[in-house]
Amino acid sequence: MTSASAIPAFRPRLERRRRAGQLFRTACLSAGVMAVIVLVVLLGRIVHAGWDWLTPTLLSNYPSELEPATSGVKGALWGTIWLIALTALIAVPVGVGAAVYLQEYAPDNRLTRFIHLNISNLAGVPSIVYGILGLAVFVRGFHVPILNRSTGMDRSIIAGALTMSLLVLPVIIIATREALAAVPSSIRLAAYALAATRWQTIWHHVLPAALPGIMTGIILALSRAIGEAAPLIMIGAVTWVAFVPKGLDDPFSALPLQIYNWSDRAQPEFRHLAAAAIIVLLVVLLTMNAVAIGIRTWQPRHRQW
Amino acid sequence: MSIQSPVRKSIETGIEKSLLACALVSIATTAGIIWVLTSESFAFFRHVSPVEFLTGTRWAPLLEPKSFSIWPLLWGTLMVAFGALIVAIPIGLGAAIYLSEYAPAWVRHAGKPILEVLAGIPTVVYGYFALTFITPYILRPLLPQTEVFNAASAAIAVGIMIVPTVSSLCDDALRAVPRTLREAGYALSATPLEVSTRIVLPAAMSGVVAAILLALARAIGETMAVALAAGMTPRLTWNPLESVQTMTGYIVQVSLGDTPAGTIEYQTIFAVGMTLFFITLTINLVAQRVLARFREVYE
Repeated sequence: MTSASAIPAFRPRLERRRRAGQLFRTACLSAGVMAVIVLVVLLGRIVHAGWDWLTPTLLSNYPSELEPATSGVKGALWGTIWLIALTALIAVPVGVGAAVYLQEYAPDNRLTRFIHLNISNLAGVPSIVYGILGLAVFVRGFHVPILNRSTGMDRSIIAGALTMSLLVLPVIIIATREALAAVPSSIRLAAYALAATRWQTIWHHVLPAALPGIMTGIILALSRAIGEAAPLIMIGAVTWVAFVPKGLDDPFSALPLQIYNWSDRAQPEFRHLAAAAIIVLLVVLLTMNAVAIGIRTWQPRHRQW
Repeated sequence: MSIQSPVRKSIETGIEKSLLACALVSIATTAGIIWVLTSESFAFFRHVSPVEFLTGTRWAPLLEPKSFSIWPLLWGTLMVAFGALIVAIPIGLGAAIYLSEYAPAWVRHAGKPILEVLAGIPTVVYGYFALTFITPYILRPLLPQTEVFNAASAAIAVGIMIVPTVSSLCDDALRAVPRTLREAGYALSATPLEVSTRIVLPAAMSGVVAAILLALARAIGETMAVALAAGMTPRLTWNPLESVQTMTGYIVQVSLGDTPAGTIEYQTIFAVGMTLFFITLTINLVAQRVLARFREVYE
């Protein structure tokens, strides 16, 4: 038996504990404030460096080695527009289709579990590895003996868009699955009760109900694709173009590549140009993000389940 | 289902099959990545012995005498990635604890979008920031011996970049801890500090560790910021103010040059890429394991 006197007396030391608590709270708060300050400094620095270079010629001219003052991002901007439009055309149907299969059709078997595991791992694969895949499969391709030609697409927009599609697929699939899972099963059961087939139920009821969530996921996935440069460098997109692409097999550049190229030059003029191009890129991205956040915030108020 | 015509039925099956095909694209992607990396790496290892690759100390595939050891690149990568964690863990975890334990509701609502904006900024922008702001305006005034390209600026930039990953995943983990646990702590007259660090944080530990691992994997795979800021000098150094080269930085350097397919320089891309792929894959798998195995289940 332990005697009561062996237990040390409880000393609340309230003052000390309270002070330690205050200190901890302040430390955590300053960590949060720090993140905001970094964001402000980052944006402020870029706007400061690029504002004067943000002229109409930036959007209407091609880049020039000799005359930074009138250099522009026309080729890169159009390259980005082409790239994202094609990526959306390829990745959205495939990604939404895969998510619909996994969420609405797939039986709980080994294959399904493997696909799930596989998708969450693909989401963590570095973007440059997708670039290596695109380089080997889409750019160089395989030699087909019967046709006596290669399936390679060279350094074309379509090769870039296919690579980007693979990169954003996991993001679209995961977001779409979450949106589909949030649709209550009573909606599906009601449709089945009226003798709708599985696909009729999905097409007419489940997908429309999940649309805001799916849209948000798609926009966020595409905004990731807009900012990616590493896979494009891998597949050999050019960092310096003086033309607007006209077809699927044209070479191309993209905004983040142009920014990389300009940032990497030592002359201050090109650094300013890079900052101005970053502003253009960020305006596009922030607009897309704002739309996504808007869709997400407004949607639940109109719907009650 | 006698109401339904055979046509309708075959349409239904056709749709299901094509949706399954969409889902199989993800498996084809993984298979493609592994196949491409291993087949080209195999060609690489016919010229370079794996022993040299794993035990040597010099990486110089573009200069004579050539030398192929992954360590200098791996070292540069780890230096930048762990440096990034040193920046990101205090800021990300601190911000997450503040948001989930202390912040009033309006701050919480404002905090998430700010983190999302930070997460949505392209990595090339962080590279620009490291090269034109962190090095010349922060590091050099403090430490004049800093080189133009250096590991420290890349680490800071990547650290800022992964703060949103750390804080938003930690925030989710902390918030998943049920309120009853906190209230039990307060009922025993613990202070908010004691509740946060001795009850909530241990209960959320699996989520916090997984968040840090996922952030580490992102930092290791990060490309554009390190390609711009860390430099192109593969070397084994302890000095973060010197120029280094990461695995991703090397891959970018080779692909920007004119390297014909089939040469040994070209194959190095795949050997380095395979190393990168397996390291990030392992970290991601461990993170998922940590989440699944050590998760505290409530109710």
